[in-house]
Amino acid sequence: MKKPHHHDNHWSDMQLRVKTLESLLIEKGYVDADALDVIIETYVSQIGPRNGAHVVAKAWIDLDYFDRLRNDATAAIAELGYGSRQGEHMQIVENRPGIHNLVVCTLCSCYPWSVLGLPPVWYKSAPYRSRAVIEPRSVLSEFGLELANETKVVVWDSTSEMRYLVIPERPQDTGGWAEDRLAGLVTRDSMIGTGLALSPTEAST
Amino acid sequence: MADNEPVFNEPWEAQAFALVVAMHDEGLFKWSEWAEMLGKIIAADQNNLSYYELWLGALERMIEEKSVLQSSEVEKRKSAWADAVARTPHGKPIELGQDI
Repeated sequence: MKKPHHHDNHWSDMQLRVKTLESLLIEKGYVDADALDVIIETYVSQIGPRNGAHVVAKAWIDLDYFDRLRNDATAAIAELGYGSRQGEHMQIVENRPGIHNLVVCTLCSCYPWSVLGLPPVWYKSAPYRSRAVIEPRSVLSEFGLELANETKVVVWDSTSEMRYLVIPERPQDTGGWAEDRLAGLVTRDSMIGTGLALSPTEAST
Repeated sequence: MADNEPVFNEPWEAQAFALVVAMHDEGLFKWSEWAEMLGKIIAADQNNLSYYELWLGALERMIEEKSVLQSSEVEKRKSAWADAVARTPHGKPIELGQDI
């Protein structure tokens, strides 16, 4: 009888390096295996741009809340149950007629995890990190966003201590809409500044 | 770019991410120290490594600088895992032997 053929296992160098650290750190009691699972589960399925959309939609319909966001965004965001263990401060930046805000982290990938989840691949890429500051209009046009010439673009460089959340302008023809329905217009990119909130027509297609 | 792109492309990315968050939660370093280390590793990259490869490199450096683990024990453990992978037939769970 022929011996069964074994396909060899293979781990990439990355798998090997991570498993090495993970097994040692757990054994020595520096981290807890269950805590690692909870962290992954939380960031994969619970924390994401819907949190930020909730904040934005509430600001659009509740002016007192908007003022609290302006005064202390960290606290106002925590009111909705979105906190951070990394200890950073949140600041909102408001788009207005003639002013468009864009957020970047030029050094690494600082990003408001508690309201947007983990950053998309392009946010972490070298071209975005360098070009968002030097030529923001070109970057925006690559995202399909053409701003009027007279609109001023303000670029905010995030740090480990300070993270920014763009409050996009409320779309036209949404008077009387409830918070949940408004939140459906708030995209992740509109809260980074590489997009605008969707119009009711765009949202229904 | 869609809002629904995967957060992690491979399991090891999620594991490396979680290790950093958990170590910070345990007070092993400040978040500002982590951001500074990651920024330094990203700035020094000559090989166009992926984001989580750089993240893992920064984690290894942080563990070394904070003397959380000794580099000799890390090397020893890494070769123990490499041996375990090599001797385990496909489909069986990979486990370390008694030789660690």
